[in-house]
Amino acid sequence: MSYIVVVDREGQEHRLDALNGWRVMEIIRDHELPIKGECGGCCSCATCHVYVDEAWRDRIPKREDEEDEMLDEAFSVEDNSRLSCQILFSEDLEGLRVYLAPEGA
Amino acid sequence: MDENVIAFEKNQPIETDIVIVGAGPVGLFAVFEAGLLGLNCHLIDNLDKVGGQCAELYPEKPIYDIPALPYCTGQGLVDELMKQADPFKPAFHLNQQADSLSKLEDGRWRLETSTGTVFHAPVIVIAAGAGSFVPRRPPLENIEEYEGSSILYAVRKMEALRDKKIVIAGGGDSALDWTLNLHPLASQVTLVHRRDQFRAAPDSVDKMRQLVANDEVDLQIGQIKELKGEGGQLEAIQIKSSDGELYEVPCDVLLPFFGLKMELGPIAEWGLNLDRDLITVDTEKFETSVPGIFAIGDINYYPGKLKLILSGFHEAALMAQQAFRYCRPDEKLVFRYTTSSTDLQKKLGVI
Repeated sequence: MSYIVVVDREGQEHRLDALNGWRVMEIIRDHELPIKGECGGCCSCATCHVYVDEAWRDRIPKREDEEDEMLDEAFSVEDNSRLSCQILFSEDLEGLRVYLAPEGA
Repeated sequence: MDENVIAFEKNQPIETDIVIVGAGPVGLFAVFEAGLLGLNCHLIDNLDKVGGQCAELYPEKPIYDIPALPYCTGQGLVDELMKQADPFKPAFHLNQQADSLSKLEDGRWRLETSTGTVFHAPVIVIAAGAGSFVPRRPPLENIEEYEGSSILYAVRKMEALRDKKIVIAGGGDSALDWTLNLHPLASQVTLVHRRDQFRAAPDSVDKMRQLVANDEVDLQIGQIKELKGEGGQLEAIQIKSSDGELYEVPCDVLLPFFGLKMELGPIAEWGLNLDRDLITVDTEKFETSVPGIFAIGDINYYPGKLKLILSGFHEAALMAQQAFRYCRPDEKLVFRYTTSSTDLQKKLGVI
């Protein structure tokens, strides 16, 4: 089974089974880690914000403009910030490592 | 007219059959289904417009899974639902949140909103989606100390901001509109945004750029890291620039505009059975654990639930059948089709 690694806001690591074609947001949500994904994955909210591990930054497709715009509603946005609904899992991303970003208060 | 009279009128209860909490697609279709049975509806929504998530989150995005509508946009769907509900003259109470609920002596419900509108109705229908849209609060340390005094999510009285040092955070229309509106009366306006691009109306962006060029507005590209102040009064905010530099900007009032999030709000205190943040219902009537209170659409939970607009429509139709029994206990309900019933067609205003 393919997998990704998600580090939660407390710093704990989770190795999650991942299926081809699933959005990373969906994988995280399916494993019941605390990610909202309020809009259901259509890049219309900013509640699935993650940081992509530096080692992976250049190995996943870059942000589209729409995603960059939506990140305006997120907090503590960094160069490696992504909306996880916009990262489609495939075998190329086996072992992808992301960190859950802080949510609003 | 003296103030007491106005206050009295404001609190005059509105008598109706059904109060629908949430004016999203499912709430709107509930107006239609209730209307066919001769029941009147009032709707409450915390947004300033109808349509819920369809209108607020994805008005321009496509929807492909509405029966017999191979394609529509979020806003397009809302517009059509408004047309469909129109013959039943729904009344909308926007910019307010359903707040407290209690039982009247005659068995009906008394519902009061955050702005003091009061309803008396035998049936309450919660069609609140993922909850009310409320401003998203930045995850900054001690932010709650300043909220309401130095940090405002909406401007109610512009005059209160006269001669203040105002920091506005965000890059959308709210941030830009308030930058333009407040700079003439504030002593200083600083706009803070994470990148030098704005997704607000181009005209507002142009005006803001002009003010920045004339040194009338200060534009800072970066993100707020820390709040500085004492006793609920902000003195400065610390900004981290895109290249990691930290610096401070003086600030009396901070207006953060990071869009909206959804939360269940006061409904959570109504004593209904919940499953996490969802309201559990039966699948015959979509009634909650409290008789006379229904929950339809994304807000409810039952085994097999799918969060589809389609499911919410079905739930609205079944809810209306039971709502009729509460609203018209002495009348017998006859099941009819809009295709053949002149009675229903009269209600729809087509004959």
